[in-house]
Amino acid sequence: MLNPCDKPDVREVTNVTRNFENEPMMEVYIFETTQNLEQLEQVIICSEKNGGFTPDDVSEIFRFMHTIKGSSAMMLFDNIEKVAHVVEDIFYFIREQKPDGLDFSAVSDLVLECVDFIKAEVKKIADLSDADGDPVFLIEQLNTFLDELRNIFGAESNQNKNQKKQQQYYIPQEKKQDLPSTEDWLAQESGMASEGACYHVIVHYDDDCKMENIRAYTLVFGLAEMVEEVYYLPADIADNPQTASYIRENGFEIFFKTEISYEEIKAHFENIIYIDQLLFREIEDHRLDAFRNTPKEAPSIDNFALPDRDLCMPASSPANVIVTEDPQKNNTTATQKMISVNVDKLDNLMNLVGELMITESMVTQCPEVEAIQSENFHKASIELHKITVELQDMVMSIRMVPLSTTFVKMNRIVRDMCKKLNREVVLDLYGEETEVDKNIIEHISDPLMHIIRNAIDHGIESEAERLAKGKDKAGHIVLEAKNVGSDVLIVIKDDGRGLNKERILEKARQNDLLTKPEAEMSDRDIFKLILLPGFSTKENITEFSGRGVGMDVVTKNLDEVGGTVLVDSEVDHGTTITLKIPLTLAIVEGMNIRVGKSRYTIPITTISESFRPDQKDCMMDPDNNEMVMIRGQCYPILRLHQHYQIKNAETDLTKGILIMVEQEEKVICVFADELLGQQQVVVKALPNYVNSMKKILGLAGCTLLPDGSISLIMDISGLTGLRVQ
Amino acid sequence: MEAEVVAALEPEDDQQGMYLTFELDREYYGVWIGYVSEIIGILPFTEVPELPAFVRGIFNLRGQIIPLMDMRLRFQKQFVEYDERSCVIVIEVGNNTVGLIVDSVSEVISFEEADIIQQPMLSSGVSNQFVKSIGKVGNAVKLLLDCDKLLSNQEVEILTNQKDEG
Repeated sequence: MLNPCDKPDVREVTNVTRNFENEPMMEVYIFETTQNLEQLEQVIICSEKNGGFTPDDVSEIFRFMHTIKGSSAMMLFDNIEKVAHVVEDIFYFIREQKPDGLDFSAVSDLVLECVDFIKAEVKKIADLSDADGDPVFLIEQLNTFLDELRNIFGAESNQNKNQKKQQQYYIPQEKKQDLPSTEDWLAQESGMASEGACYHVIVHYDDDCKMENIRAYTLVFGLAEMVEEVYYLPADIADNPQTASYIRENGFEIFFKTEISYEEIKAHFENIIYIDQLLFREIEDHRLDAFRNTPKEAPSIDNFALPDRDLCMPASSPANVIVTEDPQKNNTTATQKMISVNVDKLDNLMNLVGELMITESMVTQCPEVEAIQSENFHKASIELHKITVELQDMVMSIRMVPLSTTFVKMNRIVRDMCKKLNREVVLDLYGEETEVDKNIIEHISDPLMHIIRNAIDHGIESEAERLAKGKDKAGHIVLEAKNVGSDVLIVIKDDGRGLNKERILEKARQNDLLTKPEAEMSDRDIFKLILLPGFSTKENITEFSGRGVGMDVVTKNLDEVGGTVLVDSEVDHGTTITLKIPLTLAIVEGMNIRVGKSRYTIPITTISESFRPDQKDCMMDPDNNEMVMIRGQCYPILRLHQHYQIKNAETDLTKGILIMVEQEEKVICVFADELLGQQQVVVKALPNYVNSMKKILGLAGCTLLPDGSISLIMDISGLTGLRVQ
Repeated sequence: MEAEVVAALEPEDDQQGMYLTFELDREYYGVWIGYVSEIIGILPFTEVPELPAFVRGIFNLRGQIIPLMDMRLRFQKQFVEYDERSCVIVIEVGNNTVGLIVDSVSEVISFEEADIIQQPMLSSGVSNQFVKSIGKVGNAVKLLLDCDKLLSNQEVEILTNQKDEG
């Protein structure tokens, strides 16, 4: 029971990995996967109710499985990935072949069983125990089903189906609980685990190879799939860079147990690059016991907190964990750190706080109250004001999240894909500090993942091809976020081969996706076709992409936040995908100004300076356009009160203030009565009714000021267009 | 007080013939109660440029930003300053939430089906094109508004220029 050798190797992989994961990523994974599973379940249950899958349902289930597969692969939860992959296969088959008379309930049963399996695994991960569920039987079952589906497609009888369904649904449940039979199966499959031989290897790296600890980590990682158990010294290579120098001096020691032959395992080591010296010897099994016992004092879940990890990081088996787990330490904080809150509730909270602010100022600024001669009262009211302001800041900040977490997640994808596809790609991140609404983050993380995968898989050429084209050996992908006017732009740019218009059109014709005559389509229209569901020009389906699922996730998710996708491409120069997200939910640093009774907010990034002009600097051009001369340069003046016909506003240029704003290299001076101050504002859209009535040039939206009044947010690019040609 | 009446009559099926009536320039109009979300006094509002005169601006109702429509101006009647009887009826029609400024709110009336005259023959005045039907109460009549039409923007472009002239 305690012998870890009985367990399949996959678990060790998971276990080793866990220790190296950074926590926030894990939380996001758990949160997202749980959400995806829930939605998936809903779709299946819904379609079962309706008596069958519509093409939309199939696409949707496919998409969920694809996302789960992708993120699980990223987090190295292989079991989940494998299961999701086979389910995806089945739905791929259904989507492509559209088989008549498919036994929906059998499919549903099967998929739900998989959902349950993954759910259980995710739960385990969330509870910081091992994701040790055995997917083998489930996968086998799924494969059988898929094979049968392929065989009987076109000529199946209902009887056949029913039989099959029972096989799939009932037997596995019994089998799963039937531990001995599972073990038998394992024994057959992988040979008797305990028969493996143990080895001790000391690795010395080349003197100038750098980052020895990372290389050691990759080594252990690559080894994990081949061995039963693995232990190594120093143990904290993943998160302690200092181990690099230790390895440089003393070498990296690995103890492992495997049933792979001596020759094979040796060959594996010899193929690893940068290894200078290799000391390879077989050892007795009991030599590993020293490591095996360690988990008793230090279960893997606590490894993060343990300072005395210098000896060894054991890849403990799940059995060990169960035995050694201290019930009081049963740690579920990982899930508690992040709770999912309905955004509506946050909206309500924000509105309530806004109300509170207004009421607070109404109370404290009421003349009767102000007349109160009590120091205590005034102290208390200052305190009240401070707390309400803090409360508002807090509520605002809850909703706003910088893009960095999402962006950084992409590094991981690029890294993994590069490894598997054997390509070199550099990901550059810009503007990741840009803050966007929580809502938007949730919707762009999947699209980004798919776009980047596609870019690497389809866009970036192989090394040889790149060199032949005279490009840099390594592919480059730029991921950039910026605030532009009333939008947040997220640009994903690769320098790969670009999109092939002809092939896109051809594929679109085949799949009947063309909606208008080809002759009328602009380049952008053609490129947009790749965003349709079921579209892929890649002939081979790879682990990452090529099934045409993915890019439609992009459009779907962006639609939900009211964003758009632009695709630009140039053959051999690369593809640029721009996600345009409306500012509606974003936050801007703004300068509030007053014109008459109205208040306006100008995004601070567009303001170059503000000043009160002298009469002699102001002039008219022959067309009666006002200009102002500053440091020898002439700039046009836009009088807001004139432009928007605001009554009771200052009309004398020398008594108001000019604000010089610049956008897209156009400069204009806006004339207002006075500056009110700088503030972070949450941009809200103008009401539907107003928007549908008229597009007001120069207004991007509106915002609530702390006193409860509304300020209109200016769209500077709209304004500069008014006066500057 | 009226708001309480509205809340009390929440169940949908009972609302069929129920209209909230309000006064505008000595005439009585009704809006179907299902559209009405609340009745409030006039709150400070912000003018929005370039909109037709009858859209007085936008105001903040507990964080929700709502356009304010002056019903007198909407029906091309004489504008009067708002007083303490002036009210805003907040209606929700489809995606649109709009506040209607009226002279005063009177009561909720439940009409029998027979008392509602559909498709009345009326002259084609501005205010009449928004009247869907007429409800009879004793000797008096109430003009029942077509809220969809009230919020549609078909004739807005013609009216947009009026603010410029004023």
